[in-house]
Amino acid sequence: MLIKSPKKSAAKEQQVTDEAVYSERRNILKSMGFFGASALLASTQAQAFNLFGDDDSVKFKTRALEFSQAKTYITDEALTPEAKITSHNNFYEFGAGKSDPLDNAQDFKVDPWSLSIDGLVEKPYKLGYEDLYSQFDLEERIYRLRCVEAWSMVIPWIGFPLAAILAKAQPLSSAKYVSFETVYDPEQMPGQRSRFSGGGIDYPYVEGLRLDEAMHPLTLMSVGLYGKTLPAQNGAPIRLVVPWKYGFKSIKSITRIRLTDKKPPTTWNMLAAQEYGFYANVNPQVAHPRWSQARERRLTTGGLFSQNRIPTQMFNGYEEVAPMYAGMNLAKHY
Amino acid sequence: MTKTKFRLQATHISWLKAVIHLSALTPLFYTYFAAFSDQLGGDPVEAVLHFTGISAFNLLLLSLLVSPLAKKFKQGLLVNVRRLLGLYAFFYALIHFSSYVLFELQQEWSLLLSEIIKRPYITVGFIALLLLSSLALSSTKNIQRKLGPKWQKLHNWVYVAGLLIALHYIWSVKSDLVQPIIYWMMLLSLLWFRRDKLLRKFKNRKARTRHREKITKKTLA
Repeated sequence: MLIKSPKKSAAKEQQVTDEAVYSERRNILKSMGFFGASALLASTQAQAFNLFGDDDSVKFKTRALEFSQAKTYITDEALTPEAKITSHNNFYEFGAGKSDPLDNAQDFKVDPWSLSIDGLVEKPYKLGYEDLYSQFDLEERIYRLRCVEAWSMVIPWIGFPLAAILAKAQPLSSAKYVSFETVYDPEQMPGQRSRFSGGGIDYPYVEGLRLDEAMHPLTLMSVGLYGKTLPAQNGAPIRLVVPWKYGFKSIKSITRIRLTDKKPPTTWNMLAAQEYGFYANVNPQVAHPRWSQARERRLTTGGLFSQNRIPTQMFNGYEEVAPMYAGMNLAKHY
Repeated sequence: MTKTKFRLQATHISWLKAVIHLSALTPLFYTYFAAFSDQLGGDPVEAVLHFTGISAFNLLLLSLLVSPLAKKFKQGLLVNVRRLLGLYAFFYALIHFSSYVLFELQQEWSLLLSEIIKRPYITVGFIALLLLSSLALSSTKNIQRKLGPKWQKLHNWVYVAGLLIALHYIWSVKSDLVQPIIYWMMLLSLLWFRRDKLLRKFKNRKARTRHREKITKKTLA
């Protein structure tokens, strides 16, 4: 294991807007709430008198990780600034707005944590909080993340291959699929408390992969980003990252990984099967019923005028996964 | 001692208009300034689209609230702010659409046409914008005088625009229906205040159609 040299991240962080300035801007905007829909929500009213308050400050603690640099799984594309990665999240357990997770996840408790690996395996086992960082060699990989909503980011994740977690449990030959489950904790997750704030999702959030997809070396279990442990809103303490699939496949805050012989149900597919399939491979040729997937807006730096619309690549540019889908009609299995 | 009833005067209306100008323009300038300088969250494009869209809807609802309020509290002069609110609703809708073209599609004009045709929620939003444009263009006192009773008929299309905007909103969200449903309820309650007028119109139309049918039948016989 190597200790990361701060050179690279230091340069990057200079490009990033200071966290305090960043959250203050959002507060001011919100305080003008009576022009926004959020005016309907009582919590916003209080902020009208708190223009420069620091109630939005980041309380959730992250710490630096030790990791090595991946040799192959990197890209020279411009990274998305940390402040954007940590303030633009779809994590409906903490609210359906993009900045809700940042606002609502600050008190999220991740230690102690328990991740169980079970189902059709020889040796089911559990990982505790510290195990997540010590049982496997951590590596930094820079992946593109393409959201089904047609925006994308470039994120320096830290983690280890899902294959490593699975191999340790020794899957049985009858195992064909892997299912994942997000923690279910309505006390901590406002979105799980009521259908009104959780986007109508039936919690806990569940996802699934075919076993060969799960074992693919690209498939990452992430425990950190930008050199530190994951912020709560990004799926602390451990999440999945499947870079050739739309972002919703990359399930957050996982407590259970289960090997099965049947295709597991997946949350967005259950919610709207005609819009979100089990595979959800990034595919510019197959449009979402309500919008085109041919292009994406890359979120990096620069405001409204930065021209960031780029063509979406098949499998998000990770063509090495194509053989897994040879002979499959990807328009049907979207 | 007789209690004098409060009546809004012309000066009050001027003040009210000033407040409307200020509260419509300040957040707009602020938001776009923040968006241009990349200070508006992870995705400034999405943020300005949501902001302008929801603000246009808010302003339209406010403009629809004016005449029920004026009636209820017997403040005839209040009606004078309706046009201003309606024009700002149109203004925000126009900026919403322009931002979609400039910053979301980034001037990919061919895509604009196909998206308007292919994506139903964009289709209804675009039709609503066309309706609001025609209402805005015909909103001057001059045109109002020229059109006479036809003007009111034309401007009743605002109810259709409202319904299309509500549809555009609920259709555009991924799964979080709470806010779109609240907006639907607000719109429907504003239409409820006008149920007599709307039903009368509907009945009149039916009656006219029946009448016409009778005449046609007679002529045919």
